Order: sequence, then structure tokens, then C-alpha cells
Amino acid sequence: MAGGTQDWRLYKRPFAAIAGAPLFWLLLFFLVPMAIVWLYSFGENAGPADIAISGTLDNYKRAIEWLYLSIFLKSLAVAALVTLICLIIGFPVAMAITFAAPKWRPWLLLGIMLPFWTNLLIRTYALMTLMGTNGYANKGLNALWDGASWLRTFVGMQPLEAWTPVQLLYNNFAVVLGLVYVHLPFMVLPLYSALDRLDKSLIEASLDLGAGHLRTLMKIVVPLAGPGILAGVMITLIPALGAYLTPDLMGGTESQMIANVIERQFKRANDWPFGAALSFLLIYAMFILIALQSMRRDKGREAH
Amino acid sequence: MSLFKRTPVAPLEYTRKTWMRGWVGATMFFLYAPLLILMIFSFNDSKRNVVWKGFTLKYYEKAMNNDSLVEAMVNSLTIAGLATVFSLVLGALAAVMLWRFRFPFKGAVEGTMSLPIIVPEICLGVAFLIFFAKIEWPTDLPWPLNLSAITIAHITFCFPFVAMVVRSRLESFNKEEEEAAKDLGASEWQTFRDILLPHMKPGLIAGALLSFTLSLDDFVITFFTSGPDTITFPVKVYSMVRFSVTPEVNAASTILIILTIVLTAVALKLQGVKAIAESH
Repeated sequence: MAGGTQDWRLYKRPFAAIAGAPLFWLLLFFLVPMAIVWLYSFGENAGPADIAISGTLDNYKRAIEWLYLSIFLKSLAVAALVTLICLIIGFPVAMAITFAAPKWRPWLLLGIMLPFWTNLLIRTYALMTLMGTNGYANKGLNALWDGASWLRTFVGMQPLEAWTPVQLLYNNFAVVLGLVYVHLPFMVLPLYSALDRLDKSLIEASLDLGAGHLRTLMKIVVPLAGPGILAGVMITLIPALGAYLTPDLMGGTESQMIANVIERQFKRANDWPFGAALSFLLIYAMFILIALQSMRRDKGREAH
Repeated sequence: MSLFKRTPVAPLEYTRKTWMRGWVGATMFFLYAPLLILMIFSFNDSKRNVVWKGFTLKYYEKAMNNDSLVEAMVNSLTIAGLATVFSLVLGALAAVMLWRFRFPFKGAVEGTMSLPIIVPEICLGVAFLIFFAKIEWPTDLPWPLNLSAITIAHITFCFPFVAMVVRSRLESFNKEEEEAAKDLGASEWQTFRDILLPHMKPGLIAGALLSFTLSLDDFVITFFTSGPDTITFPVKVYSMVRFSVTPEVNAASTILIILTIVLTAVALKLQGVKAIAESH
């Protein structure tokens, strides 16, 4: 890491004055709470409000039973799907912003960032009102259906049966759509900053030398913007994996994700040690993902 | 057609391609349509959300007269304000520490500092729930001290963001300026106040806006740290959405969206659109 020229031993007083408060805060209000959760994950319920830290591994054993493991794997699959959809939608948008006229670029970026700054709960709620059985999404589908029905009568076929509103909310589809809606800006912004740093003359050279746009994209843009794309993927994947609000509000009983299971242990089920174990498994999963990312990045660096 | 086509599209002007414009337009529509519809229907004179029955402000009136909603909003703004001030101080100190000093376990400290950003919100929320229960943090304090637990939690996840933004700003600092000030007889504190602090200012503004928004936005961590008497706006909206969807929620949400836009406008005014765009 760059920076850091003064040895703390030579500047003990300024160092203490500067470093004391943030380090103290980090220790007391982050590391200590995390350590308590970690200890609790090896504990068991000893009474209604008493937890004995007995060093048992039962919580972890229970966490890897199929019931919970399947929810874990499902959360991972949902998060991966959401990330993929965000990448597919977001990449052209990031390209468009990168190559937009300079006077438009900041405004397009702002257009992506404003929803990112808007309250998550409000955005989820807005999407929910749209997707309810009386919402506009259903109205739009209804109009399409009526149109198709009219077309069928027009060409002399039987009209379609009357439209019945489809249940768009409270299922897996709603969770994926909601998560895409919420996380799209997370994907576009790092993609943009990666594409923006790209040497545009390389793209021009590739096009001049006769490669098509798609080939240029695959052979020049994607490899060069690789680390940025990977960063965008991680920035989307990690919060999507730990998402609580979207599956809670938009999902049905079968679309609960791991965060909802954790929450249940602390509220309704009141099994704190088990919840603590699940939390730490989620944190370990994050660490593995981040380790994989930095491994890929280092490998990429060696190749260059 | 030739009337509209002023210059031919250059190979790299992807944004001038029709399908690309359509794609961006569709994405923006996807991002904004739900919010716009929510805002428009907050003025709708109907309990059911979907058919336009005429303009009314009665749901704003209702929201304003809903004491618990107003209290939640005041709580949220108070927490966001306090969390921003503390995060700025802690974040700036952390940034200067990492930028300036060599000390043992620096890599570990830096990594730990970024953990509150990486650790899933739900895990952080759980950690604070257990922590405050374990140390038996008093819950019956008078306002605004009853918000202290939530504020502490918010500071913990906000200040690493401030540290990150300020640190990247410090990278562009010319250390010779500092040396010059010291040569001319400025004390350690004077150098900090008159040389380093002005240089950090854009980073501090960006960090302040980021903390304020993050704090105002947070639901999950607050949900775990708040008690029955310490409801914040997102927690209140959550329970309203959960149990009964009323147009009041639309009105209250619209107010918050407008607040977000105003904050963004302030940021624009202070920094210009380019700087904002680049700070993210």
C-alpha cells in the first residue's frame, strides 16, 4: 500500500492523537461485537435469556443440514443470477455512458446514481405497488393480452379467454426482479469507471484493422476491463447474497434467503447461537468470494 | 431522415446508435418508472392505488399528522446528522493515520477498517443486537440519548466509507506544501488546520453526503438495534408496508425522495456534477 512515510515511533504523540479514536472505535464497536457473535456461535441456550458458551459445534452441524444448506445454496444461486442479469443490462449502459458526449456523461451518471441514493425501502415499495395484482405491470400485461386476443379475432380465430391477473409478487421471480432493480446501479458504476480508464485508441485500432464491434468487445474491451468487471460482479454479488429486505417483502414463503433465516433465529425462533453460527457461515462465504477475486486479480497481473 | 442526421456516426460513438439509446432509455425507465408512479399516486384521491381519481394533498396532511411517522422522520434525521458528524471526524482521522504513518500491522488495520463495509448488513445488525443486549445498554434514556445505540451502529458502518473517500483525496496531496508550512514556523496543529484540512475538504464533503445518505437509508442494522420507542423512518415505513399499504406511505416516501433530490442538488452546487460522478 502506498503512503505512510512517517514512522510512528518518531511521532508518537501525533500518532496517538490521530490513530487513537478510530482504532478505539473499531475495536469497541466492531471487533468486540463480532467476537461476541463468534463466541455465541459455539454456545447453546441454557435458559430463556441465558446462553452458555460451551464450545459445542452443534450449531454448525445443524447449519449444514440439508434444510439450511439448501437455502444457502439457493441464496447463492439467486445472487449469481441477479449479478448475471445486472451485468447483461448494465454493460451496454456503462458502454453508452463511457462513449457519450462529454456534456451528457455526468448527467447520465447522475441518472444512475440518483436511484442508488434513494432509500432502499422506498424503492422496494415502489416496485411492489407496481407489481401488485392491481398494479401497472398487470395492467400492461392485460393490455397486451387483449391486443393478442383482438388480433386472433381479427385473423378469424377464437378470442383468448378473459384475462386473469397474474401473481407477480411473493415468488422467486419477484425476488430476482427486486434484487436486480436495487443492485443495478452497483454494477453500472464500477463498470463505468473501468471502461472509462480504457485506452480508446486500442478499440479504434481494432476496428480499423477490420474486427467487428462484437469481436472488438470480446477480444479488447472485456479482457482490458476485466478487473473492473470483476469488481462490479463482487459489488453486486456480495450484497445480493446477504439481502434481507427484498426477499422479506417481495418473496413468498419458498423464496426466503439466508438473511431471512438468520433474522428468524433472532426474532421469532429465538435461537441466538444458531443464528450466530449462520451469520458467521455467511461471513466466511464472503471471505471465500473475496479471496477468489483477489486470486484472479493477481493471476491477471502475472499474465501481463 | 437526412434532416435529423447531422453528422455520420463515428465508430466509437456507441451512444449515438439507436439500439444503445433504446437500451439506456429502457434501463432508465426501469429505474425511474416505479418511483415516478409512486410519487404521482401520492397525490391521488383514492385509497386504492391504481386508478387516478383526482388531485389531493390529504395524504400529505395525514402523514404530517401521523405523530409516529413524524417522530420516526425526526429520529432518522437526528441519527443521520449525528452519525455524519462523528463519522467525518473518525473517518478523517483514520484516513490521515493510514496515509501518514508507518506502523506495525498496518495491513491488518487497513483490512479491518474495510470490514464494516464488506460484512453483510444482517451480520452487523445481529452483532449489534447481541452486543447491546450483552452490555445491557440502557434503553429507557430520554430523547435523543435513546437513539445512541442506533447512532453508534451507524457510525461504525459510515466512518470506513469516509476514511476511504478522504484517503483517496489525500493521495493527491503535495507533501512539500506541508514541509513549507513547517519551515515557515507553523506548528503541527496549524499545518493540519491551514494546509491539510483545506485539501481534504472535497473528500470530507463527499464523505459527509455519503454518510448522511447511508445512515438515512439503513434499514437492516437499525431494525436490529431499535427498540419499541426508537423507530426510524425506514423501520416505520417497513411496518406500514408490512401490515397495511396506505397512500400515506406514498406521501411520506415522496417527501424523502424529494429530500434525496435536494441533497443531490446541494452536492451538485458544492462540487459540480463531474466531481460527484467521479467520487463514486
